[in-house]
Amino acid sequence: MTDTTLAPAASRSRSLPRINGRAIVMTLYLLFLLLPIYWLLNMSLKTNTEILGDFTLWPRNLTFANYATILTDPSWYTGYINSLIYVVMNTVISLTVALPAAYAFSRYHFMGDKHLFFWLLTNRMAPPAVFALPFFQLYSSIGLFDTHIAVALAHCLFNVPLAVWILEGFMRGVPKEIDETAYIDGYSFAGFFVKIFMPLISSGIGVAAFFCFMFSWVELLLSRTLTTVDAKPIAATMTRTVSASGLDWGVLAAAGVLTIIPGALVIWFVRNYIAKGFALGRV
Amino acid sequence: MNKTVNHKAWFLVLPVLVLVAFSAVIPLMTVVNYSVQDTFGNNQFFWAGLEWFDEMLHSDRMWNALGRQLMFSGIILAIEVPLGIFVALNMPKSGFWASFCLVLMSLPLLIPWNVVGTIWQVFGRVDIGLLGRTLENLGIDYNYTQSPLAAWITIVVMDVWHWTSLVALLAYAGLKSIPDAYYQAAKIDQASRWKVFRYIELPKMAGVLMIAILLRFMDSFMIYTEPFVVTGGGPGNATTLLSIDLVKMALGQFDLGPAAAFSIMYFLVILLISWVFYTVMTNLDKKGM
Repeated sequence: MTDTTLAPAASRSRSLPRINGRAIVMTLYLLFLLLPIYWLLNMSLKTNTEILGDFTLWPRNLTFANYATILTDPSWYTGYINSLIYVVMNTVISLTVALPAAYAFSRYHFMGDKHLFFWLLTNRMAPPAVFALPFFQLYSSIGLFDTHIAVALAHCLFNVPLAVWILEGFMRGVPKEIDETAYIDGYSFAGFFVKIFMPLISSGIGVAAFFCFMFSWVELLLSRTLTTVDAKPIAATMTRTVSASGLDWGVLAAAGVLTIIPGALVIWFVRNYIAKGFALGRV
Repeated sequence: MNKTVNHKAWFLVLPVLVLVAFSAVIPLMTVVNYSVQDTFGNNQFFWAGLEWFDEMLHSDRMWNALGRQLMFSGIILAIEVPLGIFVALNMPKSGFWASFCLVLMSLPLLIPWNVVGTIWQVFGRVDIGLLGRTLENLGIDYNYTQSPLAAWITIVVMDVWHWTSLVALLAYAGLKSIPDAYYQAAKIDQASRWKVFRYIELPKMAGVLMIAILLRFMDSFMIYTEPFVVTGGGPGNATTLLSIDLVKMALGQFDLGPAAAFSIMYFLVILLISWVFYTVMTNLDKKGM
């Protein structure tokens, strides 16, 4: 863990002469990050005539019609529901299997542990493009094509390794004496794990859940390949609209804004662990 | 932490093993299967040996895609790593503004990849996009659907926009781990700002940066959705990166043999990089970082 606190006074005195420079750099960088997002938000609040007609930096005729379209048209909002269903399923499955495995990796040496840990990593790194066609055939052949569970299982390919790595990173921070004391106190393994250990690493579980949710939510290639109608994710709904003629830019922009919201809502809670999560539990 | 030897721990990893084997090994075996067989349709397959590998190794198409891919990964690393370090050095150290910057910087990381593509597709359009319109008004000829250069600039800027924050966040985590005493010592020695960076901050960030570089290299190496949404691989084949080409071959043209051989070689490269990544990680763990 690198969360050592800095003495604020010392760092401030060091950075005092360049504080303005710092503020300018950060402002410019954040502006660069937010401008494209602002543009999407801007477009989502305009009518199509305003988008295509006058070039305006903010909506002159503020309208929520685009959002209303999405929230009332089943072909749009079922996309969100489908996405949410498989993302939640994936998060639950990933965490359930990853928790005991991460515990084993953080506490014990066993035959082939290093190879297994490495092999898990290679799956996180595997290009989804390689797996798109085989997944399509696999899930078609077992009759799971176009179901939520198929996408949820497919996303386990990279989310289970991610969850194992993140959780292992958190679990190694818990002293082993706690386990031993609990066993002496007569807890069974399951009792200890659920009642004592899991509360201790609750922040780690939260972070792992967040990252599973996120990586499943942002992925498109596999979820699009594995679905046609019944489980079609919102992301695929959007790309199909792009390729159609007579594009409705306002609705497309509103759909985009709505996909950003789930991540934006919870980001505050995991802000201190973002780096750790992206670096697979290390750092 | 000293771990005890316990082979029964295998039972704890068994669920993961079964699940990941189901979603990784079976599909991978399918790919291997296709890579050594040929078909005349009707689901009749013939042993083709290493023919497809031979064909792919001598196909300009794959080498060109690989060349474009390496160029893309090289360019984005050359921009994102220095920029990320620079941003991390300028981030507030603590307090509300540090959290504020962290949250806003993470925002692009959490946007679905196709929406990232959509955002930049719209942003760069000359008729309705802020960027495209501004450049046009400045008299710069910019049209990413026709000019390969403009298409490249668009996908590179998009990736920089999308992922620089990751490098910055990791570098920032590394910086925060430097004890304040180091800076005080440097101050006593009257070290210049550059020397503080070169001899204190950079060595302390080295491990974290290595992770950042490997992650960025690997993720950019298998990038698909974002450039696909913006340019669709075009104009022509100008932005057809490895994954885009592979999906085109496997799902578009259904050339199973070549696509499978392609996949396996692709996967071997990834395996090699993963191994480097793993070695770096375990070395870091040993150092107790």
